Amino acid sequence: MAATGYRVVHLTAYHYAAPVSLSHHVLHLLPRPCAWQQVKDARIEVDPPATRRIDREDVFGNPEVRLSFEAAHTELRVMSHLYLRVDERPWAARGDHGPPWDTVQAALRLEGDAPLEPRQFRFESPMVRVKHLLSGYAAPSFPPGRPLLAAVADLVSRIHADFSYDPAATQVGTSVLDVLAQRRGVCQDFAHLAIGCLRSLGLAARYVSGYLRTDPPAGQPRLVGADASHAWFAVWCPGHGWVEFDPTNDCEADQRHLLLAWGRDFGDVSPLRGVIQGSAGHSLSVQVTVTPDE
Amino acid sequence: MHANALPPCHDETRAADGSLRPHWRALLASLAQASESQWREWQDSAQQRIRENGITYNVYADPKGADRPWPLDIVPLVLPADEWRGIAAAIGQRARLLDRVLADLYGPQELLADKAVPPALVYGHNGFLWPCRGIAPPGGRFLHLYAADIARGPDGRWWVLADRTQAPSGAGYALENRAIVSRLFADACRDLQVQQPGEWYRALQEVLAAHAPVDDGEMPFVVLLTPGPHNETYFEHVFLARHLGFVLAEGQDLTVRGDSVFLKTLGGLKRVHAILRRLDDDFCDPLDLRADSTLGVAGLVEVARAGRVLIANALGSGVLESPALTGFLPGLCERLLGEPLAMPSVAAWWCGEAAALEYVARNIDALVIKPAYPSQRMEPVFGNRLDATERAQWIERIRARPNAYVAQEIMQLSQAPVLVRDLATGDTSQLVSRAVGLRVYAVATADGRWQVLPGGLARVAGDTNHDILSMQRGGSSKDVWVLSDASSQPAVALPETIGLRDIVRAPVSLPSRAAENLFWLGRYLERAESHARLLRLALTRLVESDARESGAPVLALCVQAGLLPAHANAAARSDRGLPAAVFDGQWPGGLLDTVRRAGLAAGQVRERLSADHWQALEQLQDIARRAAAARTRPRLDAALALTDRVLSACARLTGHAMDDMVRDAGWRFMVSGRRIERLQCVSALVAGLLEQHADAPDAAVLLLGATDCVDTWRYRYPRPPELLPALDIVVFDEGNPRALMFQAGKLLGTLAKLRQQIDGVPDGGLASATEALQVGGLDAAFADPRAGLPLLARQLRQLWQATATLSNQLADRHFTHVADATSRSLAV
Repeated sequence: MAATGYRVVHLTAYHYAAPVSLSHHVLHLLPRPCAWQQVKDARIEVDPPATRRIDREDVFGNPEVRLSFEAAHTELRVMSHLYLRVDERPWAARGDHGPPWDTVQAALRLEGDAPLEPRQFRFESPMVRVKHLLSGYAAPSFPPGRPLLAAVADLVSRIHADFSYDPAATQVGTSVLDVLAQRRGVCQDFAHLAIGCLRSLGLAARYVSGYLRTDPPAGQPRLVGADASHAWFAVWCPGHGWVEFDPTNDCEADQRHLLLAWGRDFGDVSPLRGVIQGSAGHSLSVQVTVTPDE
Repeated sequence: MHANALPPCHDETRAADGSLRPHWRALLASLAQASESQWREWQDSAQQRIRENGITYNVYADPKGADRPWPLDIVPLVLPADEWRGIAAAIGQRARLLDRVLADLYGPQELLADKAVPPALVYGHNGFLWPCRGIAPPGGRFLHLYAADIARGPDGRWWVLADRTQAPSGAGYALENRAIVSRLFADACRDLQVQQPGEWYRALQEVLAAHAPVDDGEMPFVVLLTPGPHNETYFEHVFLARHLGFVLAEGQDLTVRGDSVFLKTLGGLKRVHAILRRLDDDFCDPLDLRADSTLGVAGLVEVARAGRVLIANALGSGVLESPALTGFLPGLCERLLGEPLAMPSVAAWWCGEAAALEYVARNIDALVIKPAYPSQRMEPVFGNRLDATERAQWIERIRARPNAYVAQEIMQLSQAPVLVRDLATGDTSQLVSRAVGLRVYAVATADGRWQVLPGGLARVAGDTNHDILSMQRGGSSKDVWVLSDASSQPAVALPETIGLRDIVRAPVSLPSRAAENLFWLGRYLERAESHARLLRLALTRLVESDARESGAPVLALCVQAGLLPAHANAAARSDRGLPAAVFDGQWPGGLLDTVRRAGLAAGQVRERLSADHWQALEQLQDIARRAAAARTRPRLDAALALTDRVLSACARLTGHAMDDMVRDAGWRFMVSGRRIERLQCVSALVAGLLEQHADAPDAAVLLLGATDCVDTWRYRYPRPPELLPALDIVVFDEGNPRALMFQAGKLLGTLAKLRQQIDGVPDGGLASATEALQVGGLDAAFADPRAGLPLLARQLRQLWQATATLSNQLADRHFTHVADATSRSLAV
């Protein structure tokens, strides 16, 4: 299947109740180029103009934009325009499920032969604790000797079946254990949950942030701003590298998944985080439009 | 005690054959010569110094425990010169090694790739700050300060129990311990040539100045970053800031603009070149580190990345604080320094290694289990105190998550003499043996070496059954005496002299927050004083009189000043109601509450007050605390005595404010606060009196009494007070410091001086209100009291309004606005 071209427009707008005298922001809104994803165009427009802008790579190799505003402002608009070409993921065609998961677990032990890179994503991180409850939930999908990717696919299916998608149930800071207890959440929660399960089993898993192509019902036009940021995860599998799964949609990531950045959890790659000086309240609006080439 | 099978502890004072070790002879002899009552005197004197200097630490777990007095055992731990040389060399080596390890972990990570350091101990450690990877600190050092907790085993060797690389605490307490103990045993200290700590603190100043990334022509400006007064060791932050000459700053005092970090001062933003950090690193920047931190500075990591500020220790240095790492240090030392590790760590088995896990499972009863990562909240578990079931459970738990646990050998610490007071009788003291450990401090020097503080902080266990050394758990501290020998004479470095060009008269690096707190300190102290005076007057009236009638106006004034609830007027007339109000610590705006607020403001600017000044403040706080805690029903005489004590403490504080504070912008803000408060209190009081009680027979007496002008009247007029001349004394007399015109004139002068230092100092309409009073007031009142007194009252109300406006304008223009200074984290 040929690569698919996508245009993405992502607008984030903050309105502050009182002027903010100083603010600093870190953006993960520019996509990371990978073997299966070409970045043809990536621009960020900011209003008001930033006092200072720095573009660089973060510690995980993702493009990062840093903005500071030193003049009082009551509004901040950040709009990114992207054009990407997304190919099939390399592992999708291979059709094997990788080595038994317990040999992967052994390779990641101190004495094991796994390289350093996946070990970065093997331990707990600020938003994903390692807990017995999580390995306990994952256990039925991981009988001894089961090929890793088959086990992970089964875990992903169980999460999809056991948990309901409910934007009202959680917030940015909701812990994985709360999500596990209440069995509801959004894409970010399900990604964190799966990552927590895998790390609690001694496997390496990382968080992936991006967009998902959605198609309007047959015969209806595509609505501007109807899309959203999306999140999924990747598991480290010897022979394949990092294999991405989308627990929200019970599938492997494919040409519909547009990748922005990866990290240990949401906190490393949140699309737009910042610190504002001032105690006033704020309102936020986010609009994402993902348009595939005809 | 532990099982008999364990070897006997090392005794610091006596050899195995029972003979006294030579380096202890002189000190123990002078202790033996002293009588038991002399011992108690020494203890009392040390306690008094600790109380007076306000040497405190906070106990987190204790709800009432804020500000505990620092526990100090007066008998120092003595170490001979040659033994100390070995310790110092070993600690210096370890600091050098750990600095190199950090450089690799935040750089190429070759040690991880080769598993010379297990990746789990770094990637799994919440102290490894990922955003800080790749930051090269100015001067090339990741560590500037390092401390090791060391102890002596039964074989007499020293072992390292723990490494402190985050923000080592205790060096300031060590200096205070020395100041106290060397005074008690002055002769012994001199005769034994105890090595002095001064050089070490100078080295710290020098290295920060040397490594600070200054631009051409800039003097290095260093701040000590503190989490604030609620921190366990805040006293030490204040002490070190003052001792080292650094500005004490909280995160909200700093701001990032462009690629640099600045201190918000009254004179504007002042660039900070170096930060001595006592705030844990993960709290230092809500943008790149913990988003929930309200103690940090947004953007600080980026400033460090740009090489525009030296942070000591480097952000991320806490990753080395893990007992699991110690087992890997011998190999790292060979690899990185090409030499053997000089001082061993207490044996530790990190369960993330398969072989170590099996050893721990077999030998758990001889080991103590600890968390490998500080994020795990667990107390150490002693294997020998577990029963069979518990042991099995622990082994299972460790196998399920081996990376997270480390087991250490249970070490028998050496014993040192401690002077304890018999708890039952309280008045007999005796020397007993307690487990002792030592925290040793190393500082990087500007010429690339490590210098070790001679001595350090010794800690002793709280009771004979404990080997756990913790101030948090009832342990105590000791001074450490390192003796000199022929080869340990310190090289006397000639300090560079300060030239005329370097003379500093008025550093205008006063943080806005400090100015704000000094202003309010001034206001609250003045308020406490005038309220105490008013209450004393009211209480005196109750004592003197049958006179319910004559008591009414003064009680009304108390109500007006907010000292009594309005509805309690009737009850307060009684000789019970008023004393009860005086002792009511809960009444907002009451006397005790005002004193407490003064204490809170003072606590924020402690580093700007002299030790004596602080002592006087402590004394005032102590008076208020005792009064608020009093259980007996307050009586008139007790209430009178309380107001007297508050007034004399206030008088002492006024003396300090006038005599031992430098006339800088901070002082001017404090004095402005005092004068504004006095103008407010007196103008409201006089106006209230004129409006309500001008006809009262003793209005003049009240007026003079409430403003402390009775004596002035007596000197001037040999007859009973009359209202109009009394008003002249209280309002118009420019030679009387109690008079409004005097205070207004001084305040206008202070504001004028401030205007020479900083821009935008407001007036509030004070000058015109003062002038109006001067022109009209007294003549009109003499000419026609019936019209003139109400006019005067109105003019006084205008003066009151002007001072209120002035106070608000000062706050708006010059202080840290709490609302504005609050930063909020956003994430989508």
